[in-house]
Amino acid sequence: MSDNKVIQVEGLTKMFGDFTAVNAITFEVEKGEIFGFLGANGAGKTTAMKMLIGISNPTSGKAKVAGFDVFTEAENIKRNIGYMSQKFALYDDLTVKENITFFGGIYGLSRKKIKEKSDALIKELGLDEIANQLVGSLPLGWKQKISFSVSLLHDPKIVFLDEPTGGVDPITRRQFWELIYKAAHLGTTVFVTTHYMDEAEYCDRVSIMVNGKIEALGTPKKLKEQFNAANMNDVFLKLARG
Amino acid sequence: MSISVQHISKSYKNVKALQNISFEVKEGELFGLIGPDGAGKTTLFRILTTLLIANEGTATVAGFNVVLDYKNIRNSVGYMPGKFSLYQDLTVEENLNFFATIFGTTIAENYDLIKEIYVQIEPFKDRRAGKLSGGMKQKLALCCALIHKPKVLFLDEPTTGVDPVSRKEFWEMLKRLQQKDITILVSTPYMDEAELCDRIALIQNGEILEIDTPAEIVKHYPKKMYNVRGDNMYKLIESLKAYEHQYSVYPFGEFVHYTDHRTDFDTESLKDYLKTKGLTDITIATTQPTIEDTFMELAK
Amino acid sequence: MKRFIGFVKKEFYHIFRDRRSLFILFGMPIAQILLFGFAITNEINNVDIAILDHSKDATTKEIINKIAASKYFSIKQMVTREADIASVFQKGHVKAVLNFEKDFSKNLIKEHKATIQIITDATDPNTANTISNYVNAILQQYQKEVNKEIIIAYQIVTETRMVYNPELKSVYMFVPGVMTIILMLVSAMMTSISITREKELGTMEILLVSPLKPFQVIIGKVFPYIFLSVINAVVIVVLSIFIFNMPIQGSLLLLALESVLFIISALALGILISTISATQQTAMMISLMGLMLPVILLSGFIFPISSMPIPLQVISNIIPAKWFIIIIKGIMLKGVGLQYIWKETLVLFGMTVFFIALSIKKYKIRLE
Repeated sequence: MSDNKVIQVEGLTKMFGDFTAVNAITFEVEKGEIFGFLGANGAGKTTAMKMLIGISNPTSGKAKVAGFDVFTEAENIKRNIGYMSQKFALYDDLTVKENITFFGGIYGLSRKKIKEKSDALIKELGLDEIANQLVGSLPLGWKQKISFSVSLLHDPKIVFLDEPTGGVDPITRRQFWELIYKAAHLGTTVFVTTHYMDEAEYCDRVSIMVNGKIEALGTPKKLKEQFNAANMNDVFLKLARG
Repeated sequence: MSISVQHISKSYKNVKALQNISFEVKEGELFGLIGPDGAGKTTLFRILTTLLIANEGTATVAGFNVVLDYKNIRNSVGYMPGKFSLYQDLTVEENLNFFATIFGTTIAENYDLIKEIYVQIEPFKDRRAGKLSGGMKQKLALCCALIHKPKVLFLDEPTTGVDPVSRKEFWEMLKRLQQKDITILVSTPYMDEAELCDRIALIQNGEILEIDTPAEIVKHYPKKMYNVRGDNMYKLIESLKAYEHQYSVYPFGEFVHYTDHRTDFDTESLKDYLKTKGLTDITIATTQPTIEDTFMELAK
Repeated sequence: MKRFIGFVKKEFYHIFRDRRSLFILFGMPIAQILLFGFAITNEINNVDIAILDHSKDATTKEIINKIAASKYFSIKQMVTREADIASVFQKGHVKAVLNFEKDFSKNLIKEHKATIQIITDATDPNTANTISNYVNAILQQYQKEVNKEIIIAYQIVTETRMVYNPELKSVYMFVPGVMTIILMLVSAMMTSISITREKELGTMEILLVSPLKPFQVIIGKVFPYIFLSVINAVVIVVLSIFIFNMPIQGSLLLLALESVLFIISALALGILISTISATQQTAMMISLMGLMLPVILLSGFIFPISSMPIPLQVISNIIPAKWFIIIIKGIMLKGVGLQYIWKETLVLFGMTVFFIALSIKKYKIRLE
């Protein structure tokens, strides 16, 4: 077992009654990799991710995240990962600084550490002018960038991003991806679930889930060659139409 | 002109949602309004469907003024708001029946128009709308918006949150509807859907950046575009941004889209520069700018 | 007309497919009536009391027998010493202790006067009061029987007769109140919720961008609730007649018409609430806080208006429920006809017209 594999999944399955939501998926993710976890709504992405972040128990199979077993060491997993979703990101009625302090506190950072991190974050994102504004008054793009940075406050080994960039303008979206590239460059593994196929093109490797199974896995370039497609959207269309 | 918008402005309290918007849509045209969330697309749709009144400017739809003749407009347009507004606790058939009835028609009367779309969801006609997948909801919402044979169809972000297969099918349906002389105004945040429209308006922060056919818009791009690739994306972007001659650097999938200030730009010199920054496996090749590149250039 | 029927049909689908609204519609009236009828009551029945009899003579025995025989009291224990009274109360078994003085009969014959001390547990003041009244009534009755043959020169005999509710049954008082609450709740809250739900879903946008006129949407929305509220009113009246044996003295037709008038005013209030709230949750909060509380507190349902401070009495006048309660109490309990309640009816009618006009005016044909 290599230390470089931060996520190892083997035959992971989740059943709801007779319905198999996730059907024996197997994959590995390396340290510092940007891994795209794609699939249509209802393909089983969210269910699979819930198992990986330790909030849902698998029916069968094996999975280790950040070196911890999802069955027995869910608490350790939670301490070593960051999580950001589009639905719940930051508290709209708290200021940027208050949000940072709050989330830092949740992850048990010391007051001094929070101050340090918060100053660094504000400087890096150029937030000086809006640090004391309510998050609710900020544009969506800003919220997403701040939210991502907040999910990295406690230096997690892996950060899970659930549908992160839907609807933002193209420039902000690229700034967001630059933040992701930076985090990956610094050694954080990034796990992105999305149903936007153009997002997939930015990932190092992607898996595509269809009806609970992983039907394709590889670099975007390789998949496009394999399916003889111009872009990831076409790859997906070819997969879905059989 | 099927839709004519003249100098429309709209503010909410202190937010300027729309600023001096003007454009025209010809009869039978498929016109796209392309822009991110918060660009003002929904506000514009609501003004054109008579749900809001603009602070300034005038607009006509199907020849009717949106303020004075709002009743006539309400009879002759189909509107599909964002999030597919359907009654979740009614079945597919009940939803369709209801919308047919309130528009004073029946499913049978205009079945021709919706047939192609409806047959795809007909097997589930006794299922409640709340239990349908995103793609099926979208098709049902379209049927409901079409059931009274509108002259103009307003579709506000019809493909948001829908899987790629349904998205593709949806655009194919719109193309066919267009053949039946229905003018379609559609909005989307996805730049890659722009090229499926006859003409598009790029919109951001309440202002229109450009209106033209997708092909023309791309042609307006002022620079030669290069796809740059290297072994480390982060280092590549940082290095390109630090390069003295760079005009724009944007990650674009597995590549970085790069443009240069100089007219006599030589790819070899850039390659050498990147090598000095420690990058390997460098490739630099010309590529066609996309709508998204144009949008970023205009929004800069 | 076809549009209207289509719309109403759709509303019924919504109502019958939502368990929660079905429960509020039909479960609540029955539950409330039964609750108020059986559990919440001003009457006393079989209240446990204790006796401390210092004389133990013929007269006290007779009185104690009389009290024991009444259905209001049951004698739980006999106390022998005054010192025990406190501990008897502390145990909480008995609500009152009757303390007969020494030489009760003797005193009565010699001095024409004997004393019984009634000690009641006043942690619940209403019950304490009622108990002492009931005991007094029994004693009076006994006195009358004893004095039958003796003619006393001067004596003022008060004879109390309770009219309209001779047995002082509290259910008679609660039925009109509960009916008012239920009709208010169903009509105002349910319509405001059902309209705001369309706003939340976004379907309101489509309805607005349709040839439907505003009043068509409104009538289509409220019609099913008029229908259901009438059913509710009937259920309540039937329950109170057959379960609580409550007689309806006046005209059923008049009762029905007045109820419909009240329902319509409540519906108009519901529409008004929906025009100022954007979400179902707000609509529910406003309905509960803005309508239910005043109906319960200021309508005269539980607390008599005449004993309220003047400002509250004035405020109570703008509450439609107050007028409706006067009207239906009149019809149900007194059996009066329109000639006695036309003023209240007129006030209610005026309010209804006002609310309808206001809600139509407030109902927006656009989104802002």
